[in-house]
Amino acid sequence: MKDFEYQTATTVDEAVSLLAARGERARVLTGGTDLIVQLREGLREADLVVDIKKIPELMELSYSPRSGLKLGAAVPCYRIYDDPEISRAYAALADSARIIGGWQIQSRASIGGNLCNSSPAADSIPSLIVYDVICHLAGPQGRRTVRVADFCTAPGRNVLGRGEILATLEFPPIKKNSGASYLRFIPRNEMDIAVVGAASWLQLDAAGERIEKARVALAAVAPTPLPLTAVSEWLVGKPATSETFAAAGDMASLAVKPISDKRGTVEYRKHLSGVLTKRTLVIAADRARGASAPAH
Amino acid sequence: MASSTGDNKKYKVIGTRPIRHDGADKVTGRAIYGSDVRLNGAVHGKILRSPHAHAQIKSIDTSAAEKLPGVCAVATGADFPDLKDKIANLGEGAVNLAHLSANVLAHRKVLYKGHAVAAVAATNPHVAEEALKLIKVEYEPLESVTWVLDAMRAGAPLLHDNVVTNSMGKKADKPSNVPTHIHFEMGKVDEAFAKADIVIEREYKTASVHQGYIEPHVATALWNEDGHLTLWTSTQGSFTARQQTAELLQIPISRVTVVPCEIGGGFGGKIAVYLEHVAAMLSRKCGRPVKMTMNRDEVFEGTGPTPGSFVRVKLGATKTGQLVAGEAYLAYDAGAFPGGMIGPGCMCVFSCYEIPNARVDGYDVLANKPKTQAYRAPGATQAAFACESMMDELAEKLGIDPIELRLRNAAKEGTRRVDGPTYPRVGFIETLQAAKASEHWKSPLKGPHRGRGIASGYWFNIGLKSSAAGNVNPDGTVSLIEGSTDIGGTRTSVAMQLAETLGIAAEEVMPRVADTDGVGYTDVTGGSRVTFATGLAAYEVGLDIRRQMTERAALVFKCDPAAVECVDGMYKANGKSLTFRELAGKLGQTGGPVVGRAAVDPEGPSNGFGTHIVDVEVDPETAKVTILRYTVIQDAGRAIHPSYVEGQMQGGAVQGIGWALNEEYVFDDQGRMQNPNYLDYRMPTALDVPMIETIIVEVPNPAHPYGVRGVGETPIVAPPAAIAAAIYKATGVRARELPISPPRLWAAMAAKKP
Ligand SMILES: Cc1cc2nc3c(=O)[nH]c(=O)nc-3n(C[C@H](O)[C@H](O)[C@H](O)COP(=O)(O)OP(=O)(O)OC[C@H]3O[C@@H](n4cnc5c(N)ncnc54)[C@H](O)[C@@H]3O)c2cc1C
Repeated sequence: MKDFEYQTATTVDEAVSLLAARGERARVLTGGTDLIVQLREGLREADLVVDIKKIPELMELSYSPRSGLKLGAAVPCYRIYDDPEISRAYAALADSARIIGGWQIQSRASIGGNLCNSSPAADSIPSLIVYDVICHLAGPQGRRTVRVADFCTAPGRNVLGRGEILATLEFPPIKKNSGASYLRFIPRNEMDIAVVGAASWLQLDAAGERIEKARVALAAVAPTPLPLTAVSEWLVGKPATSETFAAAGDMASLAVKPISDKRGTVEYRKHLSGVLTKRTLVIAADRARGASAPAH
Repeated sequence: MASSTGDNKKYKVIGTRPIRHDGADKVTGRAIYGSDVRLNGAVHGKILRSPHAHAQIKSIDTSAAEKLPGVCAVATGADFPDLKDKIANLGEGAVNLAHLSANVLAHRKVLYKGHAVAAVAATNPHVAEEALKLIKVEYEPLESVTWVLDAMRAGAPLLHDNVVTNSMGKKADKPSNVPTHIHFEMGKVDEAFAKADIVIEREYKTASVHQGYIEPHVATALWNEDGHLTLWTSTQGSFTARQQTAELLQIPISRVTVVPCEIGGGFGGKIAVYLEHVAAMLSRKCGRPVKMTMNRDEVFEGTGPTPGSFVRVKLGATKTGQLVAGEAYLAYDAGAFPGGMIGPGCMCVFSCYEIPNARVDGYDVLANKPKTQAYRAPGATQAAFACESMMDELAEKLGIDPIELRLRNAAKEGTRRVDGPTYPRVGFIETLQAAKASEHWKSPLKGPHRGRGIASGYWFNIGLKSSAAGNVNPDGTVSLIEGSTDIGGTRTSVAMQLAETLGIAAEEVMPRVADTDGVGYTDVTGGSRVTFATGLAAYEVGLDIRRQMTERAALVFKCDPAAVECVDGMYKANGKSLTFRELAGKLGQTGGPVVGRAAVDPEGPSNGFGTHIVDVEVDPETAKVTILRYTVIQDAGRAIHPSYVEGQMQGGAVQGIGWALNEEYVFDDQGRMQNPNYLDYRMPTALDVPMIETIIVEVPNPAHPYGVRGVGETPIVAPPAAIAAAIYKATGVRARELPISPPRLWAAMAAKKP
């Protein structure tokens, strides 16, 4: 690992100007659980590392049923699942936060970092997609917003421009009779990268029988986290039954175009896409009907 | 959790569970491991490694690296003596020094990705890494081969143009990737197969796996101005490290002192040297101590995994389940240099059973992978996966209970192994009986997608050389000096044998592992030998001390030494008595210090058998295997410290579970490892295994005064076969390739569905 300079910023503007001055050779540090590993292994190089954890706006975590959830980009995972109200309301987000690394990692790692690292296998991005999160960015040209489904552009790449940072993630208020879930498949029980990950979100009718709205997104089956638009649309109006969810799973298997690598084969990933789509839909429907998220 | 079936009444110390002598240091972080060695003025060494799996080195230009500020020394293979094919015995196996030398720094050719090419010492590790990038190596890449059967094929890329096949002493005339062919045969194999009621033949494959010790290789060298070299290192054998280093540098062994540090796991992988003589050469060049520590990827890519293998076994039996004939073909990759684990693989494949007619052919095969090294019962697990899986199939086909089938054929005293030796008293049958009687085996396994499997395993315990000395202190304690680096709690289990012999408490013996100048020659910590052989040395130290203490007692009692009786640490004569401590207090007045010593080289290695029971559940949709319950039953001869015996049984089982389910070297088509890290090289974590239950069986080893058998290695042998048998019960799929990872098992389950 090469020596690098380290600076902490206390305002968004300060961070942006430090970063803009160095361009490609500067990197943002949040929890550092991706960045430090990448620097150590020589996968990335940096002359300057800018720590943004000291910026109050980026450490903000606030929730109200009316306005939804505001998640500062640097908030570590544990603060999400430690908050009973938030983890009940945004159960799929809590599902993701609970499985990113172990508890040591979770006490540092942020959802913002998970998103900005933009790995196709990132465990939080499918959840962010099914909640239809709005990303608030800040850069030398000022502020702008991007829908999370449009944030990642390729493995490790995203829409952030030179000197631009992710400031906050805005989650819309929770809809009535809705529920969501995230599951991933790993061969072991922890410390692994998703072979496939799936998030599902459902809004049911008042009786809890018919699907009014649905969103499904997968991880590790494409160069970027993948919203399954066709499956989501197909689900609308269908009865919220195991037959429907199994059929949605079959559609998901056919919809994805994964690759074979050290973590799994094409066939296996397609198959898992179906299994996990089905399983997350079942849990999302249960949660929509009022079952709360399981504890740890 | 464990139930000991042995009778420990005879003993006061043996069979108890005292707190380990090194416990406080280890739990407080005070124990000195290799990376805790920080010498004044030390600089840091790093190694440049080959990006190619197979290439000719055209040139190496280190001039730019040498000019980088902070760089103290640079070394390449050219700095070391060009060694001829000299064989050095390393205790648990012999090694060709020319190969050892070329393995630790390539000469002319790189033979695997990660093969060391050059080394740099600099004022800090980051500068050293930067300097590596400035070394220009011109390679001419060659075609590579990693799978053992591909490497054996005619026309496969040749690794060495001077290696020919040695087939039971006969040398071929053409170079080949097969350095050795082993053949064992007894009885009338073909006739016996022809007469058998049932014959089955199956093929098995296993991937390369690594020992996965937590502590990476680390060494610090100081080549002093007076020409003396001192090494602080993490090794399984300080004397073998001394010998290898001296040979590789062509200096007398008396010029080298090896100080063994605490060791964070070895499992066979820390016997061969990698860093020691490189650090030494860098130290000689720059006149400062040089410390070298590997990164995890260097450990995976640059040190020895265990062989990937192809094994074909044929078994013939009668209708009633009597084995009548066996045939095995084993091909194990040795990695880049000859001398893999094929020998023990051939000896172990049928070692659990009495098979009157048997034939074994084994092939040591070169491939573009790191040179393989020993890994816990080296070579036995691959062979047992094949043979034990077939015993399970045979039991099913004959409608016989799998324990019953094993009992009918179990090796016992007098059974001849296919490679020649006849067993003395062994405890295999007792492990099977204990398995049958266990609560685990007797309690039914309920629920869908679940299955129970059983398999057995065998490994030798080698004897080899150990030295020890005991100094009697005036307060009645004894300082024990031994040479076996302590990996599994052996300080304590060796000290307990001395305590037992002297009739004092375990805590009254203070064991210390000395450096190579502080104790007599001692072979490696390997081959399940330390509690057996170094324990034997401690016992003899005890006898020596007892003899001298008896003489001192005679002086005090004013009688003939022959009249002094020593019972449970009490020295008695003429109605008078002295405790060991009282007598120790009188040494100053009766002739001075008492030092007991022993050097042993026990003949007749012993044998360890184990039987494992496992319950699994397989997710019918994802094919993920969950280990629900696991029991290890093993003959320990005599469990000196039962907790450490259980620890070995549990640790071996967990490593075997990893080997069975997920661990593997994944290579791309250029022979480059894709997963040299613990993220993607999937060893089990604490969340992946249940508490491993243990049942210690004790059938004392007649060749040891306390009946000790080695226990460290046997427990890794049975798990893959036991788990495969359990998976079969759960899914109907017979897995014949390791690892039985989810994608592979799912594909097999999907193919089976109508
Ligand atoms: C042992 C271990 C286990 C892991 N397990 C998992 C797992 O199970 N699932 C999983 O998905 N990941 C896992 N990870 C990866 C990592 O922990 C997560 O991706 C984590 O969420 C990253 O967050 P961070 O705050 O540490 O990011 P950092 O490492 O600080 O940053 C990640 C990247 O994003 C950039 N960045 C961060 N914040 C911003 C911002 N606000 N604006 C612009 N750019 C930014 C950084 O420059 C860097 O390139 C694991 C990592 C380790 C070391």
